[in-house]
Amino acid sequence: MNPDPTTAATVASVAPVSAVVSETVAAPYIQGLADDALVYAQRLGEWISRAPQIEEDMALANVGLDLLGQARVLLTRVGELDGTGRTEDDLAYFRDEREFRNVHLVEQERAGFGFEMARLLTFASYQCELYAALRRSSDPVLAGVAEKALKEVTYHRDHATQWVLRLGDGTEESHRRMQEGLEAVAPYVAELFDDDETARAAAEAGVGVLPSTLRDAALGHVTAVVEEATLTEPGAPRWRSRGGRAGIHSRPMGYLLAEMQHIARSHPGASW
Amino acid sequence: MTEAAPVVKSAVAQAISDIPDPEVPVVTIEDLGILRHLEVDESNRRVSVTITPTYSGCPAMEAIEHRVVHEAVRHGYTCSVETRLSPAWTTDWMSERGRVRLREFGIAPPERGAGARGSGPVALSLQVRQVACPQCGSTDTEELARFGSTACKALRRCRACREPFDQFKAI
Repeated sequence: MNPDPTTAATVASVAPVSAVVSETVAAPYIQGLADDALVYAQRLGEWISRAPQIEEDMALANVGLDLLGQARVLLTRVGELDGTGRTEDDLAYFRDEREFRNVHLVEQERAGFGFEMARLLTFASYQCELYAALRRSSDPVLAGVAEKALKEVTYHRDHATQWVLRLGDGTEESHRRMQEGLEAVAPYVAELFDDDETARAAAEAGVGVLPSTLRDAALGHVTAVVEEATLTEPGAPRWRSRGGRAGIHSRPMGYLLAEMQHIARSHPGASW
Repeated sequence: MTEAAPVVKSAVAQAISDIPDPEVPVVTIEDLGILRHLEVDESNRRVSVTITPTYSGCPAMEAIEHRVVHEAVRHGYTCSVETRLSPAWTTDWMSERGRVRLREFGIAPPERGAGARGSGPVALSLQVRQVACPQCGSTDTEELARFGSTACKALRRCRACREPFDQFKAI
């Protein structure tokens, strides 16, 4: 199975860097999307052996694996575009907290299963609209990832949808805990749809899409599911998260990075 | 680029086409539609291969890439492997032979038409599709888990013969 390392064989990578996209516009935008996927993949992996049933261990691990795959291609692209030549591993393991551009929703600690399904429903609904729009990105790699990943995140959204329906329209106890999950997620929802300078520049260049334009469709799906599940849409939260895309994170982020990065940092250059 | 690799093949092309999928070894990468393009440049002893992942995070891709290079080198060629994401892989690219082999192995092949279905609205129901049991052929089957032993499979059970089985998810 192992290729002979002494041969002249080469393994080429993905598409060439387009001249249209500049390092100041495309790279930081794609980094935000990559970090969302990477950090949520890490959180979902924590469910393995902790989910209510073994099939759900597999499901959440598989959702995380899809997101990790998306993050790997996107991070590789960031390293190509930003001129630093960093690899996906450099970017995942050797950046500090302030250099991560993910939203707060994905970095929050693993809580109850109701919280996770509310988070997954929200995030997957957002990603469905995001990737559907990004299939038309002027960046060929981002467009390729979007086309591929849209099928995956549609499946994630469907999975979360089924659980929210089952729990919301289930027993009194499951209904209560699913409702609590929705309430706990609510303060982190608005940040997904914030337009910042990075997103505006990327949208203008045809690389990205304005997050605010995704809001109605994404939350429309969430609302439909919540109603069907006999749950109540949470009212306007008393506070809301912000700052993730600028590198300002909440308390759980540092702990997450410590766990995710410590082996790579303890043994720099190690491979297996 | 939905056409299969050339029909008349040199030894190296045949060897690469016949590489088994690391996770479902009864089918080849050609059967699965992972192998998108294969070109042999005899004068320069060089092979160019394009592969596409089934899922973004498919852990088998690196193993497949290494195996392609290995087969090329074994036959005395240098090799370049390009991983292409677009157009996105769909189970509609799976060959008829691949479907038969999956069924014989006990894995229900994916339904056709997944590529055309696209990303339309998701039905708010728990059971939508009819899948035949690969053991007894009954369509009286139920889904046990939407995510199975690998990213590309779901787990089902036959109500007629009571056997559980993997189903290749249609995407």
